Amino acid sequence: MYEFEFKPFEEMTPEDYATVGFKSGLEVHQQLLTESKLFCRCPAGRYSNTFHAEILRHMRPTLSELGEYDGTALMEFKTQKEIIYRVNKETVCTYEMDDTPPFMMDDEALDIALEISMLSNLSLVDEVHIARKQYLDGSIPTGFQRTAICGVHGRVPYGDRTIGMIQLGIEEDSCREISDVGHRRTYNTDRLGMPLIELVTEPDMKTPQEVAEVAQILRKMMRSTGRVRRGIGATRADTNASVTGGTRIEIKGVPKIGMMPLLTYNEAQRQWNLLRLREELKRRGITESSFTYTDKDITRILRKTRFTPIADAMKEGHVVGAVKLPGWADLLRWQTQDNTVFSREIADRVRVIACLTVLPNIIHSDSMSETLSGAEWKEAKNALDCTADDTIVIVWGSEQDVETAKKEIAIRAKEATIGIPSETRQALRDGTTGFERILPGPQRMYPDTDLPPIRVTPERLERIRARMPVQFWERQKRYRELGVPEDAIEGLSISPLAPLFDEAVDTMGFTPTEAAVMLWRYPRRLRRKGWHYDDFRTDDIRGILMAVKDGRLTLDGVLNTMRRALKNGFDADALPPRLEKKDLTSFIEKAKQQVRYSSLHSEDNIPNLTLDRVMDEVRGRIPGSDVAEEVAAYFAKEVQA
Amino acid sequence: MSDSETYKGYKDPALSTMKKFGIRVWSDAVLTTDDDSFEGIVLPRSETADGDHIVIKMITGYNVGLRVDRIRDAKEVGFKEAHYKIPEKEFPYDPKKSRVVLLGTGGTIASRLDYRTGAVIPAFTPGELYGSVPELADLCNLETEKLFGVFSENMGPEQYITLAKRIGDEIEKGVRGIVVGHGTDTMHHTAAALSFMVQNSPVPIVMVGSQRSSDRPSSDAALNLIHSVKTAADCDIAEVMVCMFGPTSDEYGLLHRGTRVRKMHSSYRSTFRTLSDIPLAMVDRNKFSYLRDDVHRRRNDRDVNVNAVFDDRVGILYYYPNMKADMMDMMVENGYKGIVIAGTGLGHVNKPLYPALKRAQDAGVAVYMTVQTLWGYAQMYVYETGREMMDLGVIPLQNMLPEVAYIKLGWALGQTDDLDRVKEIMLEPVNGEITTREPYNGYLVFQGGIPEVDEFVSEIRR
Repeated sequence: MYEFEFKPFEEMTPEDYATVGFKSGLEVHQQLLTESKLFCRCPAGRYSNTFHAEILRHMRPTLSELGEYDGTALMEFKTQKEIIYRVNKETVCTYEMDDTPPFMMDDEALDIALEISMLSNLSLVDEVHIARKQYLDGSIPTGFQRTAICGVHGRVPYGDRTIGMIQLGIEEDSCREISDVGHRRTYNTDRLGMPLIELVTEPDMKTPQEVAEVAQILRKMMRSTGRVRRGIGATRADTNASVTGGTRIEIKGVPKIGMMPLLTYNEAQRQWNLLRLREELKRRGITESSFTYTDKDITRILRKTRFTPIADAMKEGHVVGAVKLPGWADLLRWQTQDNTVFSREIADRVRVIACLTVLPNIIHSDSMSETLSGAEWKEAKNALDCTADDTIVIVWGSEQDVETAKKEIAIRAKEATIGIPSETRQALRDGTTGFERILPGPQRMYPDTDLPPIRVTPERLERIRARMPVQFWERQKRYRELGVPEDAIEGLSISPLAPLFDEAVDTMGFTPTEAAVMLWRYPRRLRRKGWHYDDFRTDDIRGILMAVKDGRLTLDGVLNTMRRALKNGFDADALPPRLEKKDLTSFIEKAKQQVRYSSLHSEDNIPNLTLDRVMDEVRGRIPGSDVAEEVAAYFAKEVQA
Repeated sequence: MSDSETYKGYKDPALSTMKKFGIRVWSDAVLTTDDDSFEGIVLPRSETADGDHIVIKMITGYNVGLRVDRIRDAKEVGFKEAHYKIPEKEFPYDPKKSRVVLLGTGGTIASRLDYRTGAVIPAFTPGELYGSVPELADLCNLETEKLFGVFSENMGPEQYITLAKRIGDEIEKGVRGIVVGHGTDTMHHTAAALSFMVQNSPVPIVMVGSQRSSDRPSSDAALNLIHSVKTAADCDIAEVMVCMFGPTSDEYGLLHRGTRVRKMHSSYRSTFRTLSDIPLAMVDRNKFSYLRDDVHRRRNDRDVNVNAVFDDRVGILYYYPNMKADMMDMMVENGYKGIVIAGTGLGHVNKPLYPALKRAQDAGVAVYMTVQTLWGYAQMYVYETGREMMDLGVIPLQNMLPEVAYIKLGWALGQTDDLDRVKEIMLEPVNGEITTREPYNGYLVFQGGIPEVDEFVSEIRR
């Protein structure tokens, strides 16, 4: 059944994806726009690379409430990492460093999470139970993430069908990794503890393109609340993919939605090709039960090698180990992803689990060039009694790490006879994925004993329901019907200012175009000048619109007034008084004088330049058309005179 | 199964709903509400929680609570009872290693979760400990005995006495070292009690606990346990000591003298500090770094003096401005035999208390003065007020910590009612509870925010 061969990304058709049984789902992580972090009172959203202290910790696996150790947990413990946390006193308190129990969950954050749960048509829970999800990589100093489910079983429309939502969780964000070298991993803690939601979809996407489209819908839906953070790292998505006979594999840390299609394509290809590899192994008589390997210390043989990575290891007093995979000749060169072969699967495991982080960390006899000399390969192979049918993998490092590495090489090779190992993978820049960690199971979840459950009252839900935004796709439909300029429709529909649009059109009496200009085009221009959406205070903007409606400000004065309001806030009473046409004469005369003193190419420009100057003075206080008329009349009179 | 087990923790109306639909704790159940259905394992409920919700653990591992008035139907589709079990492996015996005994009093040094109450159940047998901290087998042959299962705050004279006697027995049997697992809140009270009750020990008596329960990956429990067992097995200091984290980082533990140590932060790992003096040693996985020479050394004999007595009619009066005399009168009238005052500054209380001091003196109550500043000496002769109080029979205890003075006074009154003899006992230091001099580095509470302090903190791992 694995005859189909993957085509290049651009040539794959929906039918091809149907053939391999492509399925993909999403986990969208979105930071919430709150004042404080989720479980302490540190300010949210402040990032800095400066740090004032370092703290060192280790992580040990613990038992779940059902009394089992989790797979990931054991893997991380094998790696024996020293974890260093960099602490900035402005952004982190003793809670994040696990020296103080949590404070009660931030109410604002839970409100937003419930709001987005409702937007996703989830069934809400009545009592929010905070769980601990173990993370032994050190990305959270406690060793677990506090997380809770707000709702389950939702649906979001997509084209003419709907995409299932498994659940929405509220959780604290983790640290940012600074480096991971050898047995030491360093984290910046500024992001730690930020309120975050995780919206998980069913694997309902049938092609890689659909994955990106659905991700866009979810991102926009969250943004339409106006209560989520924007900017780098504020929205992050993981995606998962599988093919028929494969395993659901999570790809973590996808930096851009635009990369999802290639990543999921490559993951599907990897799984498909690994399944084909299993068929090939079976053909060669290598199965889970017949799999064997041998390993040996070959330090002595390579003591004088000129292959730099091993020569350097020798200087450090390190050792070299070799693993023979009988019957595997050429299979380490088996293609898995674009420009990637099976040996990468092994090298990744050795890097993560044995902490041999300097690459290359293995070499193998299926690809002998530019490594050891022919004589060295021969001697190494002889040492393990290799025939032409076998492959050997060579690894170097400290004795303990090489011991771990040899075992891990055999483990990964054996897994190829079984299928696709459950693991999480990281998104790489070239659109391929690399091993990150063994997939954690539900065993890593256990209740947080530090915090009581939170009752979600019907009153609370009513309050949130009352403020919920109209779905952005509904808004877009309405904008189109109203004739809002096409370029404004998309952006306005997910803008935090969108609720003001309805107010402007329905109650203040602006035309849809006027409202779109004031609430989309002007803010966009200001954002391009460096202002952030969070800087726009809805009350100020509403005040400006009211001033226009009341005739205290003209439409062409709105942009300047908004700019000032961003800096200093808006006070309608501080607006300068309106001007009448008759008030303009003194402005025109003053402007004309100034224009005359400047160097001019042509006298003909004087009326226009004067008009510009007058506008600068009176913008917002009288319609520009009136000013233009008056200036024209003035110069016409002058000519007559 | 009894009803209380079948419906563990549930009260009405949730309880009747469960009975009505035939579901119970550990049912794999489908609960149907008006608009949806939820599948998961019904979990026991915390005793303190309301009766309005049923909690299930979903397949994803998350727990959620559903309000019973929304539940229209419920069905048991399976049953999966969870058994808490720490992987128990036999603790390996190595004839070349020495015997260390770990006595348990409760607390959370190694534990598992009881998620009915949210409580943490201690893991305790050598096998359980080996299952969670296998490094211990490299250090000694470990034996364990659970003496009590009480939280730190429930430890008291009865437990001090049992513990002291038990330690004495083990020493006479020739143990290499003793570890006492203890909750951290009152660990320093017990450390003081053992310092007085078990004297002249030839081996280390090491108290240990954890500030982060061992059910979490970042727990300090495993490392504290390793440090304390290593101390019991190999350390050259034969005293009652507290062994807990030095910095908040996983770097080293400190060995504090049992009479000078105090818990100083409600939640930090590095909460224990030696006050008005320096600790005895640092300990990490590989070595001890001794910080001073004036310690009791390990010996090969088994000559230990156990004097396990306690009169619990003693108390601490924490003085505050405007305290009324009746506060002290109440203690005297209620038959207290000894009162330790934690006074202000060098050891003061206000004048309105003087008549009460007089009444206490007349009633034959032993009144001692310590300082609530914790660091420094009670020097009552410096000011007039102090001298007046001494005339009223108040005896300053120099730099004895208030909690230590409380324990020692109970221990002294347990031995005799003769107040002169009590005074002799109180003022004759057993092991450092009064020191003659405070070294310049005995008081180092750095003030954060000062540039040079912040610079220092940025360069070392706290």
